[in-house]
Amino acid sequence: MTTFLGMPTAPRGVGHLRQVEPFPVAARRGLANTQMRRNLTKATGIIRAKRAAIVGEVPDWEQLREAGRAIKTETMAHLDHYLEQLETNVTAHGGVVHWARDANEANRIIVDLVCGTGAAQVVKVKSMVTDEIGLNEALARAGVQAYETDLAELIVQLGHDRPSHILVPAIHRNRAEIREIFLREMGDADPGLSDDPAALAEASRAHLRRLFLSARVGISGANFAVADTGALGVVESEGNGRMCLTLPETLITVMGIEKVVPSWRDLGVFMQLLPRSSTGERMNPYTSIWTGVTPGDGPQQFHLVLLDNGRTAVLADETGRQTLHCIRCSACLNVCPVYERVGGHAYGSVYPGPIGAILSPQLTGIEDNASLPYASSLCGACYDVCPVKIDIPSVLVHLRARHVEAAREGRRLPRGEAVTMAAASWVMASRGRFTAAQRAAKLGRAVGRRGQIRRLPPPFAGWTEARDMPVPAAMTFREWWRREHRPEDGARG
Amino acid sequence: MRIALFVTCLADTLFPGVGQSTVRLLERLGHRVEFPEAQTCCGQMHINTGYASEALPLVRHYVELFEPYEVIVAPSGSCVGSVRHQYAMVARRCGDEKLAQRAERVAARTYELSQLLVDVLGVEDVGAYYPHRVTYHPTCHSLRLLRVGERPLQLLRNVAGIDLVELPDAEVCCGFGGTFALKNADVSTAMLADKMRNVVDSGAQVCTAGDSSCLMHIGGGLSRLRAGVKTVHLAEILASTREAG
Repeated sequence: MTTFLGMPTAPRGVGHLRQVEPFPVAARRGLANTQMRRNLTKATGIIRAKRAAIVGEVPDWEQLREAGRAIKTETMAHLDHYLEQLETNVTAHGGVVHWARDANEANRIIVDLVCGTGAAQVVKVKSMVTDEIGLNEALARAGVQAYETDLAELIVQLGHDRPSHILVPAIHRNRAEIREIFLREMGDADPGLSDDPAALAEASRAHLRRLFLSARVGISGANFAVADTGALGVVESEGNGRMCLTLPETLITVMGIEKVVPSWRDLGVFMQLLPRSSTGERMNPYTSIWTGVTPGDGPQQFHLVLLDNGRTAVLADETGRQTLHCIRCSACLNVCPVYERVGGHAYGSVYPGPIGAILSPQLTGIEDNASLPYASSLCGACYDVCPVKIDIPSVLVHLRARHVEAAREGRRLPRGEAVTMAAASWVMASRGRFTAAQRAAKLGRAVGRRGQIRRLPPPFAGWTEARDMPVPAAMTFREWWRREHRPEDGARG
Repeated sequence: MRIALFVTCLADTLFPGVGQSTVRLLERLGHRVEFPEAQTCCGQMHINTGYASEALPLVRHYVELFEPYEVIVAPSGSCVGSVRHQYAMVARRCGDEKLAQRAERVAARTYELSQLLVDVLGVEDVGAYYPHRVTYHPTCHSLRLLRVGERPLQLLRNVAGIDLVELPDAEVCCGFGGTFALKNADVSTAMLADKMRNVVDSGAQVCTAGDSSCLMHIGGGLSRLRAGVKTVHLAEILASTREAG
């Protein structure tokens, strides 16, 4: 990682970006949760089909993806310029811009702003980035209660749970479980509440309405910020975000620095790509866009917190930087066969699934999420659906190489694996050594039964736990070739 | 046409019938197959496990060995995918721009079997005979890295006697993923279980694909479960005739 010296990563001890246990261990728990797997298979199956149908309607979808990729590439190449332009325009419209190097700085800025208003509670729009930095915990330490108002985030918060999907944080819960959480935690839920989706939505509506009307501070993330006007945008389905963005006196928006786009015209591309990729809709129900402060209308105090938290380190990596193009649509999660079976919690970070497997290790430094780049079979389904064409499989392979390089420097490579790989490379680089190894492999024929090996030693034991392994052939292909095509040499073997 | 065969280390050692079938098929179609005997392994396992510098000698070996040939074929979507999409990247990562450019030129002449047959040789009916109920698993790297699309199915539909049945959720990964099957053996097994269920549900006697590694994975699971369904490489089906099955 010598290339990235001087680029700070997201700090330890704050926020939700790090695995507490390696992916294969956490994944086992997900695999064993049959209720969650049923929920996920059903939910991702429905979203997959909706997305496929609605994307199929757009004749120039591939050109749109290419446009999205091009805009993001251009933005990342001149990110400093666009961020300063954004700051100038937000300030000109009465907003205040704060720069946060990392999660700790961002939390300190926001806690100070909230405490400055004297408010003891805030309402929140669904936001990945505030979860990334652990804002709710930081506010709680300062005596401020943060209320999640997105229905799924509310379910997660009331259930003392963690989100498991970017778009649908409570995707691992079904309606019976949600009913139980509401009855247990909401305080004002009707004891006769049924698990009918409309009844559950109504219960949350009544619960949240009082909060909206009394809250003095709203906190949001942002789907985009427009550099040349200073406008910010939030895209959502429920309208609860609209309440938080318009009713309180003070609005604090936290945004990763990669969310800026150069101009209004660019939104035309992303507003087509995002809803179709994420919910499988032509257009999402609520799109809120605001520019600074409008006297007499909406929040009269507006603060924008621009967060780095490791993003500059991602930007410094030529192959990895495309990860910052992500518009958080979650299409990659919905098509991922690994995610569908293990669920979002196995990734240990607020960003699960394929995008999380490349984003989290880059934000934290690979050593803190070392098993995530390997949490993929490299099937490539994620790349096919990504609306901004992030080549996730190639970034995964790149991060594996960075991990091996860093571990090699720090002498932290798993010995067995490193020795096996070096030996295999040495053997395979020479015809003589390779054919000698093939002859040695034939000894394996002795341990087979009816042509199959039922049990192998580590590191191959995982294979034979569930699969047989064919014994090496009695005659290799090259031996056959010599016999058939070069009989004059065949005698010499 | 003179065609160089890259048989792949896996087929050479474990599934020689796949290489033999590729040779018989191409010779039956009137082509001359050459087998550069110094060939070993494409290095895909090293590359995908993060060992780029260990892969470099294998990349160089492949490039030097196959550079003299105009057309190269391998009966494996993932090995060809590695040659085509990863070789230049590995060379550049290791700071060898000259090798990267040579690799790009050789990669452009390296074809997966169904691509060679349909795109280069212009044949969809290879005159095969295979009287069995067969389902086709597309394999991820053939499907999404090489974009072979319908080519293998076009070839299979023209096989006499075949009863081709649809595989439910065909395009979902079987869970192999190289060292993924070892590093994440539990997740890999869960994916394999669903793939096997779909193979069995298809009612097929034979599951085919254009990649011995995926077939080894699916076949290893089916064998363990005594499911009775066999895995047979696409080359073996296309090589079968009424005379020699």
